[in-house]
Amino acid sequence: MKLFFVLMLALSSNSFAVTGKVKVGAVLPISGAIATFGQENANGIKLALSKLKSKNIELIIEDDKSEAIEATNAIRKLINVDKVSIVIGEVTSSNTLAMGPIAQAAKIPLFSPAATNAKVTMVGNFVSRACFTDDFQGVVMARFAVNDLKKKKGLILIDNSSDYSKGLAKSFNDEFLKLGGTFVSKEELTYVQKDMDFQSLLRKIKRANPDVIFLPGYYGEVGLIIKQARSLGITAPFLGGDGWDSPDLFKIGGSAMKGNYISSHFAPDDKDPKVQSFVKDYEKAYGAKPGAMAALGYDAIGIVADSISRAKSTKPVDINTALLATKNFNGVTGLISIDENRNSKKAAVVLETTENGFIFKNKVNP
Amino acid sequence: MSQDTIYFLWDCLQYLINGITQGSLYALVALGYTMVYGIVRLVNFAHGEFLMIGSFCGYFALQLHLPMYLSILVAMLGAGLAAVITERLIYRPIRSAGRIPALITAIGASMFFQYGGQVIFGASPKTIPPVILEKIYNFGELTISNLQILILVVTTIVLIFLWWLTVKTKIGKAMRATSFNINAAELMGINTNKVITFTFFLGASLAGLAGMLMGYLTPLEPMMGTIIGLKAFVAAVVGGIGIIPGAALGGFILGIAENLVAGLYKSSYRDGVSFLILIVILLIRPSGILGKNIKEKV
Amino acid sequence: MDYILQLILMVGIFIILALSLNLINGFCGQFSLGHAGFWGVGAYMSAVYSVYFALPIPVAFNMLIAIIVGFISAAIAGLIIGIPCLRLRGDYLAIATLGFGEILRIIIMNTESVGGPRGFINIPKWSNMTWVYLCVILTILFMVNLKRSTFGRAIISIREDEIASETMGVNLFRYKLFSFTVGAGIAGIAGALFAHTQQFLHPTNFTFMWSVVILVMIILGGLGSITGSIIGAIVLTLFPEALRFFGENIAQLRMTIYSLILIILMLWRPTGLFGTHEFSIKKFLGSKS
Repeated sequence: MKLFFVLMLALSSNSFAVTGKVKVGAVLPISGAIATFGQENANGIKLALSKLKSKNIELIIEDDKSEAIEATNAIRKLINVDKVSIVIGEVTSSNTLAMGPIAQAAKIPLFSPAATNAKVTMVGNFVSRACFTDDFQGVVMARFAVNDLKKKKGLILIDNSSDYSKGLAKSFNDEFLKLGGTFVSKEELTYVQKDMDFQSLLRKIKRANPDVIFLPGYYGEVGLIIKQARSLGITAPFLGGDGWDSPDLFKIGGSAMKGNYISSHFAPDDKDPKVQSFVKDYEKAYGAKPGAMAALGYDAIGIVADSISRAKSTKPVDINTALLATKNFNGVTGLISIDENRNSKKAAVVLETTENGFIFKNKVNP
Repeated sequence: MSQDTIYFLWDCLQYLINGITQGSLYALVALGYTMVYGIVRLVNFAHGEFLMIGSFCGYFALQLHLPMYLSILVAMLGAGLAAVITERLIYRPIRSAGRIPALITAIGASMFFQYGGQVIFGASPKTIPPVILEKIYNFGELTISNLQILILVVTTIVLIFLWWLTVKTKIGKAMRATSFNINAAELMGINTNKVITFTFFLGASLAGLAGMLMGYLTPLEPMMGTIIGLKAFVAAVVGGIGIIPGAALGGFILGIAENLVAGLYKSSYRDGVSFLILIVILLIRPSGILGKNIKEKV
Repeated sequence: MDYILQLILMVGIFIILALSLNLINGFCGQFSLGHAGFWGVGAYMSAVYSVYFALPIPVAFNMLIAIIVGFISAAIAGLIIGIPCLRLRGDYLAIATLGFGEILRIIIMNTESVGGPRGFINIPKWSNMTWVYLCVILTILFMVNLKRSTFGRAIISIREDEIASETMGVNLFRYKLFSFTVGAGIAGIAGALFAHTQQFLHPTNFTFMWSVVILVMIILGGLGSITGSIIGAIVLTLFPEALRFFGENIAQLRMTIYSLILIILMLWRPTGLFGTHEFSIKKFLGSKS
């Protein structure tokens, strides 16, 4: 025991010795249930760091095993032992909510690349994010359904184990009704994560016969649901959010994926040269096409680096002030400004799914 | 009858069929739990991980363009070997130390395979290439896929094979003897270590088979074994742990109940209903549906 | 040094959890795998009090009420589960408690007013070092005194041989239910402390895996040993954190190493570090001279 504390003290005193560098911490799910998100996000962050000209950022990534307790331990370690000036993390809303009060109390900025729940940034003025919120995505897709696809008979299928899904569903519901749409099922149709068989749900959907189905879930279940829906003869297009955005969706769904639409942060086939060079670099470094998680990680550290250089200081408070003042940062996920509620104001892209990937459909400004 | 009632009846029938298919998978995994428990009284928590290892072996076999039946064989062998090695290195030394240390070791092994799997295979899910094209058959309002039929047929064959193995063969007799009383079996000249190794191999290879069948339905990932492992374990207990037909019965009961609840009510309570059944059964029949109640003697 | 203070707090909370499980599993010999469920009930119920029903009185009194709420709610859960389940034995009891633990978690998951799958936020930070270690000391004193009392001896006799102890006139069911209910209640105290230390609760904090972690603590320390439980809680809380200090390459391997060491420790000392023995200053000095 003593040895352990001596070791920790030795390590912590070490961190004072390094000067001139800004330490940036990251808490991400590198292992555990959602490791795939965390690893992709970390890849984006590391890639961006290797591209940055200024070499004064030292990055320390901590794993949280995809759990809240570990996330709070990890951020405390980063703040107290490593003395980081800013923390990037987490990719899920619940783990970011767990870390929020700690960052707020320590007055260290916490900048989440991908936590989309509205409550996340309400914790305090030191918590902000690099992505839009759930409400925005629901609105975008409702408008897309009514205005672009001209579909007015809708149905919503909710992942009941995720607050993300419920949030998107609610904002879609409200906007869709406002635009004159109707819902064909009175019953709330839900599933939970790790379900494998959706026949029973899909039969109810088939009988309700909607024109368009909003399915704000994660790609694992979404791929299976659409595959099973198509083989049951349901032809209505499915709409979704950024939870679908993973290359693995197409490995799961296969040819059934054709002709559905999602809102997301980023389009890999965007003609913007900045996006194209990012996609090329990412493929070279990791041998796979980047998803939204990688792009968000890439932009998150980009905004942080930009704030640090504008702050001209290593003090967390100064960095936070600069971070919150971010205006029109030109990232791979669009022009990003942080608004007065510390959320990112930026465009969403609507992507169409094909058999083997997403193609860019249009861009929706906030 | 109104149209709604007719739909309701069709639905129930559909959930029943889906439940039997899912129950078959639970049963295949539960068989391994039960056989191991019957012989060494160890709740082998790493059993779900053998399923994961098996399905990954099968996946790599398919990547090497081996035919489907060979890939299933590879999956079964891979899972079986993993179990034999685990048994030899970890479970055998701890066996004499009592049941709780053995249980903790099994949980440690389970975690080791999960997190180790994430390091070796990566966390992102893998999909088995579509070697079997999914076909859907319609009967009125019912839909059955060829995969469901495949799963049912395989499970039936396995059950018949296991019955033959335990009742008609020499190794089966040795297994039953060891399960009845390990010391007496040893005195009768049965090499109990060999029997235990064989049981582990057999149980895990069934899990590998289930893993491969599951792989046609869902993507593979290193954590895939935990939930089905836990459910199969519950199924084994519901049926009466240590009893082979009990595992199959428990698997089917759980599969059907889960699908009925998910279909007619809400799938959020799918896991809840399994555990509820478990508790109700344990309270009514403390050693499972087919289990015998053994009174302790002084 | 907020990080180290936090770890010391977590160590304290896990010492309470380990000791409470030791009462059920180590003293009374009843194998429970649903302990995280009681921990969760205590945590959530005390947080419900502090978020929705907190009285306008000084924080110290409110925290005391939160702890009492945690204790009572978890004890009631323990009683409800214990009455039917304690008729079961050994592995079956373990499985039944596992089932109940998971059902409790699924109920939390489906309750919107406590945050459901998002997690319970905005819990006030009422707990501190004094509260946690006051509870640790009280729990230790309770356990030490219990172990020496007639009541405690009766409980231990159940562990050693149920039938023999019954013939000696021990009312099996009453003693089992007592240790199960009180053990659950103490886990509820740990839950209340946890909720007001972390300020955030999530259903994944209370899964079956956490029941296992607590179980490993008492087995690693030595089943039935109070000292062992304390050491086990300290080691297993700090060990995964200590692995953070070996560089970034370890980050991915952290949990693999953790499980590997768990296996090795179990193989090396299956009865735990302390067996059923206790640390005593007398023995310690005696062995030295």
